[in-house]
Amino acid sequence: MAETFKFELVSPERLLISADVKSVLVPGDEGDFVVLANHAPMMSVLRPGLLVLDGADGEKSYYVNGGFSDMGPSGLTILAEHAADCADLKGDALQAEKTSASEMVDTAEGDAAKRHAAERVACLEAIN
Amino acid sequence: MASLKDLRNRIASVKATQKITKAMQMVAAAKLRRAQEAAESARPYAERMEGVLANLGRVYKSSENASPYLIGTGKDQVHLLVVATAERGLCGGFNTNIVKIAKLEIKRLIKTGKTVQILCVGSKGYDQLKGEYSNYIVGQISYKELKAMNYAKAQEVADAVTEKFDSGEVDVVKLYYSEFQSVISQVPTELQLIPASFDEEDAADDADVSYDYEPGEEQILEELLPRNLTTQIFRGLLENAASEQGARMSAMDNATRNAGDMIDRLTLQYNRSRQAQITKELIEIISGAEAL
Repeated sequence: MAETFKFELVSPERLLISADVKSVLVPGDEGDFVVLANHAPMMSVLRPGLLVLDGADGEKSYYVNGGFSDMGPSGLTILAEHAADCADLKGDALQAEKTSASEMVDTAEGDAAKRHAAERVACLEAIN
Repeated sequence: MASLKDLRNRIASVKATQKITKAMQMVAAAKLRRAQEAAESARPYAERMEGVLANLGRVYKSSENASPYLIGTGKDQVHLLVVATAERGLCGGFNTNIVKIAKLEIKRLIKTGKTVQILCVGSKGYDQLKGEYSNYIVGQISYKELKAMNYAKAQEVADAVTEKFDSGEVDVVKLYYSEFQSVISQVPTELQLIPASFDEEDAADDADVSYDYEPGEEQILEELLPRNLTTQIFRGLLENAASEQGARMSAMDNATRNAGDMIDRLTLQYNRSRQAQITKELIEIISGAEAL
């Protein structure tokens, strides 16, 4: 069995998950990366996207929008500005998220913001 | 001396008031529990954020091109005071206490020749400040329509602050809110938002670890500081929400108890006057009989 490490996903409103996991796929600003146990300490800004973790009870994915990840000696902590369990994100909630994402595309200024907005839309489309 | 009917009416009216205050106390207790939960679940995020910032900030505070959010604009002329209060009254000295420390600071700043700007969050603070300092108030954000404080509202406040700061209008930003300690104790607090203040000690535990940064450290810090501002405002607003309910709960508890005392006193008075009247009637009958 692969080695596990401590993983926490927190949004400003609450702690979404705190568990021991085998690996986490993080949507980093400069590209996706997978974190395994004993990863070197690093800090990365996130882009909107899917976060996939492989834990004790299989794979689970979360939608995160903005924030950053902090891989430290005590484990991986994701501080997401907005985060939701993909399983919960459907119907009205998903629709609302899509609307705000497409608004973001229209109002975004600058290349980075435009790219983020487009990625957010693409990611949300993929969930459905 | 009030007549028996007047007394009966008064007792009934005080009883009705007592029922209302009792209900308000129970509603506040329920809301307090929810507000406290919200404040607690927001804590991990705020703590992590502070830890990371303290780590990065310590290194960059002394660097020349550090973000103005961290070291300020180098000036100390224009102060923006964000005064966060409740949307409703009937919560004891809650709003007044926050406004009081804000007013002290306003007076001090004016005396030393600084320029003051006030941003009111919540309408009660605005009501109390507009009489004396209406010229200084630059904005008011209301959250009356919200059932519970959420991050989006904190973002709105933070956006208003960053807009002012980025345009160079203000140099120092301070937040006034009430720290929740217990149901009977809420401490009005001043928190400096810009230049950022944080505990140096928070960074101590993993200061020795060398981190990889993606993208660079400075970009991360640049991204983090405005976010930290929002987080701090959010925390303040949540603390405020819990404090407000706590203050209202104890105020209403007092009111209920006072109403109880009042009912006791009035009932005593009522019984005494009733007794006096019976005695008086008896005397009249007896003396009438004796006269025959």
